[in-house]
Amino acid sequence: MLGYLTRRLVQSALILLGVSFITFILLYVLPADPVRQIAGRAATPETVENIRRQLGLDQPFFVQYGRYLWGLVQGDMGRSYLQKTEVTELILSRLPATLLLMLAAITAELLIGLAMGIIAAVWRGRWPDQLLMMASFITVSAPQFVVSLLLLYVFAVQLRWFPIGGYGTFAHLVLPALTLGILGSGWYARMMRSSMIDVLRTDYIRTARAKGLGRARVVLRHALPNAILPVIAMIGIDIGIFMGGIVVVESVFGWPGIGQLAWQAIQRVDIPIIMGVTLVSACAIVLGNLLADLVAPFVDPRIKLR
Amino acid sequence: MNKWLLSTALTLSLAAPVLAQDYTPDPNAKSGGSITITYKDDVATLDPAIGYDWQNWSMIKSIFDSLMDYVPGTTTLRPGLADSYELSADGLVYTFKLRAGVKFHNGREMTADDVKYSLDRVTNPATQSPGAGFFGSIAGYDAAGDAGLSGVEVVDPLTVKITLSRPDATFLHVMALNFSSIVPKEAVDAAAGDFGKMPVGTGAFKLAEWTLGQKLVFEKNADHWRAGVPYLDSIVFEVGQEPVVALLRLQSGEVDVPGDGIPPAKFVEVMADPVQAAQVVIGGQLQTGYITLNVTAPPFDKLEVRKAVNMAINKDRIVQIINGRAIPANQPLPPSMPGYTAGYTGFAFDVEGAKKLLTQAGLPDGFETDLYVMNTDPNPRIAQAMQQDLAAIGVKVNIRSLAQANVIEAGGAGTAPMIWSGGMAWIADFPDPSNFYGPILGCSGAAEGGWNWSKFCDAGLDAKAAQADSMADPAKAAERMALWSDVYMGVMEQAPWVPVFNEERYTMKSDRMGGADALYVDPVSIPVNYDYVFVK
Repeated sequence: MLGYLTRRLVQSALILLGVSFITFILLYVLPADPVRQIAGRAATPETVENIRRQLGLDQPFFVQYGRYLWGLVQGDMGRSYLQKTEVTELILSRLPATLLLMLAAITAELLIGLAMGIIAAVWRGRWPDQLLMMASFITVSAPQFVVSLLLLYVFAVQLRWFPIGGYGTFAHLVLPALTLGILGSGWYARMMRSSMIDVLRTDYIRTARAKGLGRARVVLRHALPNAILPVIAMIGIDIGIFMGGIVVVESVFGWPGIGQLAWQAIQRVDIPIIMGVTLVSACAIVLGNLLADLVAPFVDPRIKLR
Repeated sequence: MNKWLLSTALTLSLAAPVLAQDYTPDPNAKSGGSITITYKDDVATLDPAIGYDWQNWSMIKSIFDSLMDYVPGTTTLRPGLADSYELSADGLVYTFKLRAGVKFHNGREMTADDVKYSLDRVTNPATQSPGAGFFGSIAGYDAAGDAGLSGVEVVDPLTVKITLSRPDATFLHVMALNFSSIVPKEAVDAAAGDFGKMPVGTGAFKLAEWTLGQKLVFEKNADHWRAGVPYLDSIVFEVGQEPVVALLRLQSGEVDVPGDGIPPAKFVEVMADPVQAAQVVIGGQLQTGYITLNVTAPPFDKLEVRKAVNMAINKDRIVQIINGRAIPANQPLPPSMPGYTAGYTGFAFDVEGAKKLLTQAGLPDGFETDLYVMNTDPNPRIAQAMQQDLAAIGVKVNIRSLAQANVIEAGGAGTAPMIWSGGMAWIADFPDPSNFYGPILGCSGAAEGGWNWSKFCDAGLDAKAAQADSMADPAKAAERMALWSDVYMGVMEQAPWVPVFNEERYTMKSDRMGGADALYVDPVSIPVNYDYVFVK
């Protein structure tokens, strides 16, 4: 187990190194010059060259990348070109908001998705099943900004149940979490449905039925604990999907997380921020996957970690 | 001293009191209250030497002061931290007398040393100020570094003498730029590189709170040197707010001014609704949207081809595409800029005439070219209209819709035959025609990486422009403007641009906001002059 963990952690570090290298290359070959963004339109060529030299952007690619890595191993992600602030500080100030939203969104996904999956499995092949599976298709394929704006318009503007975007209280959290919850629930609903159907076919469920237990008790007490395990193992992977989708929702709801930070940095070619957010997101994805693998043996004892 | 010098000296000594003719305070203005402004993007910095974008420009104006300032809602200069100034007869030495008793937010009194420190700081390459280039006329600029500018001297605690290396008619405007803000050295040093997050100035407001990515709170500076202002007790800037969402919040009374304005997709809806339309203030702005034609490469190296493109673009239709939020343009300068040539009509829309010119240029069947455009609405739609207009004269246009930074890069490198400037268009830094020339039409801007995307360079016009900028004597202002008018007419003769339109500004404000409309479309403080607006 310990050996497995060590090996996986080393692998994770290598993956992150690869991500940093590829991102750095992409930003390096980008046909947009960050120095011009800093220097502004009134700058003379001398000013531009001066800034380029100060930032070390006149150096060859591998020198730049080496310097970045050297900083990174010391915990220094550099300073934002335009905000002139430590990237670490910018990301840390926004990470709590993103983590809170992630927690709330995954809770919402599970509540909605599991309920849908259970109902669909119990009424398999009948209209509740068909209706819910159709709904799961729609939610999986619906664009985030449409759902966000729709919820915002109905529940915040028209009904005034929630504030119109922003951050701070539980009421602010509901709509963005619900948006992500609805959109992500389809996966869980489908997973839960098939897992539940498998379990409902097993002998011990037949036994429970045979001894005369009510349907609700059979499903919730006997079948659910076994059926839910593979779904729980999915959460780790879901973190990765979540990180990819957070930009839009954070922008629409004015949620001050790292997705919003990344979006603004991309528009301004603020390379240290783009690098920082990419690495933090990659970290979350790698750790999420690791978590999923570590949980697997508890879900299915046939799996052994070596 | 000959007669001319004497009269000049007289004019100049009179000039300061004349400029002091000032803003008449609103009799209904009330003190107190707090307002909420929203922005989509986080505020990058409040360091006046660094900040150079749409949203932090007027925030910085409210926290800091410069030697010069503008009468609110206008483009008229007035003294700021300077009490008065004198210009030597040769137009090279400005002597500024500072206001006494002005205090920084940290309680210390501002002196001439602070003026010197601030100008040294902004021109020091280590500061990486995007505005350093504006100070090029100060003596010693080229050698600027840690030793400071040799042209800026402290005479006594309330007197600063600034020597120029050449007469510069725009110098007082430069002294009113945010980049010229006076900052206290001890606060810059204490912030250790983070002055942009902990600004200390002499302005009407001070920064009270900044939660990164969420909001900034400005609090009234009760000790402000200008009596009576500001009226507001505080301003809350909420950042990270989508413009569409900000509009919804304005309607529900949570927001007073959506800082990013009316989103294009919502414009028709807002203007059609009488309640919302009543909240809109419309004003001109010192902006021109244009197409650059790269004069260094075929086919745009031929004057006939450039003229043909000018005649083929249907500007009225493009203005319709943006719902009439602009007026068609016929020359580089916007109409509210001094030096604008009234009566000039430019190239009329004439498809047949354009075709004839193409035939004369030896291209009767047209040609194929690329039009670079920024990829945010409404610019791609505008580019499509241009594409159709040019197709009518046989020119096949491929639209290259890219992120802003990529378009700027292609423009600077000279690889783009045509660029539509929308989303990056030139908005004047200060209200003087000079500001529309050098970087975007002059030879200096045509260098690799410059903003002169036409790569147009005419030595004769450059010399005329330099001559106009050396006419620092206020008595010659009219003559100077006539010369600038000549320069821009000379540019139009060679047609390196297609001037397309001048955008109008549309600011929305909640019903409780008070103050003259001009304050909400202030040409200098965008979107709003925070120091003078109030809550009814």
